[in-house]
Amino acid sequence: MSLLAEMNQKALRLGIPISVHLDVTYRCNERCVHCYLDHDDHGEMTTAEIRDLLAQLADAGVFFLTLSGGEVFMRRDFLEVVAEARKLLFNVKVKTNGVMIGEEEARQMRHLGAEQIQISVYSHRPEIHDAITKLPGSLKKTIAAIKFLKLQGLKVTIANVLMTSNVADNRGVIELAKELGVGYSVDPTITPKMDGERSILDLGISGTNLHEVFRDRTLIDNVDEFCAPPPVPGEEVMEGYPCSAGHTACYISPYGDMYPCVQFPLPCGNVRKQRFVEIWRDSSQLKQVRSIRAKDLHVCSSCAHVGTCTRCPGLAYMEGNMRGPSTADCEKSFQRTGIPTANMMNRQRTSGLVQIQASF
Amino acid sequence: MRSSAIAARLVGDEMMVMSTADSTFFTLSEIATLIWQAADGHTPLSEIVRRKICSEFEVAPEEALRDAEQFVADLSDHGILRVSTHPIREHTTDTA
Repeated sequence: MSLLAEMNQKALRLGIPISVHLDVTYRCNERCVHCYLDHDDHGEMTTAEIRDLLAQLADAGVFFLTLSGGEVFMRRDFLEVVAEARKLLFNVKVKTNGVMIGEEEARQMRHLGAEQIQISVYSHRPEIHDAITKLPGSLKKTIAAIKFLKLQGLKVTIANVLMTSNVADNRGVIELAKELGVGYSVDPTITPKMDGERSILDLGISGTNLHEVFRDRTLIDNVDEFCAPPPVPGEEVMEGYPCSAGHTACYISPYGDMYPCVQFPLPCGNVRKQRFVEIWRDSSQLKQVRSIRAKDLHVCSSCAHVGTCTRCPGLAYMEGNMRGPSTADCEKSFQRTGIPTANMMNRQRTSGLVQIQASF
Repeated sequence: MRSSAIAARLVGDEMMVMSTADSTFFTLSEIATLIWQAADGHTPLSEIVRRKICSEFEVAPEEALRDAEQFVADLSDHGILRVSTHPIREHTTDTA
């Protein structure tokens, strides 16, 4: 076990929220077709409120702090927020589209000691990338930002969300990342909008595309191992937790609302009304999330994939049941291994039934 | 003195430390944490060992100082601490 994994285990035992994702704004200069956010400002936390929150997070033991949005640089005080976070010795990761990062912003980020910058790039071709962001010239500005950040010696990763409109350019983005000397990560998951609206899920890639991504040797170190059939789950798996959400990690919105994770919109409290640590410790919703073991999962506990599935409890929650399956992750498990999930087989069985419509 | 190019937090009785320059990750034991926290850029190491270690743990001052010097040299190699024969005036924060 790595040192980092050991510390995560220790944080879990001690009930310490070691990772917090804080969205400082939902405002954005791009209008990405797949974005799940409402970009209007409904009353963001002020600089003073964020400073106070950061001090509370430090006191609670938070080490990894992800600052994201919206576009973080839409806040004029963003570098002030980073400075405060670094003064409090957080490990700071910033997620941005890079459009507003020039030489000076890159220099400041280096000076302040941000550990990692993640930048969204959807294609190496402007006509594809800019069509997704709906901001003409955005790819050019984003690439310029990556170069400025690299010149400062910062660790930069390109994050690419795969959709039907850009999946053919995946290879091109990988080559772009190589050319720029930065890391690359790919995400094939489209998340429903925060209000529950699901039409953007139609933008997601097909099962065939997913199958190809999981067998891409430039992305996966050991494809044979990664795509192997799941081992029979032991007791340790069945007694285990689905993921870190609510256990060692949580999410805070620009309005101070606290959730188990950015993809898990179960309201747990608001840091404008309560101290962070009180919500973390006492929220009945977080306690409920923490009580769930793999053996408690409806359908999934009887699935062959239970020990290896990337099942997201937040996506399951958005489908109606945090203890239920997440269809997107069922599809991933199936495309990865070729073995249908328990959820898929249940659906197949019920789809053959005659539907009875109430006559009143 | 403690470098500003790090992230750090106390988890139970251990200090998690990560270099922001090269992402190297360390954990410091209880004693190492006491030394690291006391490294303010002004107090000599011998004084830190006397005040923070010898007063709290049953250890001979010479042995404690020898171990502390080795520990400080290791952290210095990774940029976690800066070592100087003279006081360093740079401002540091005490939060971790």
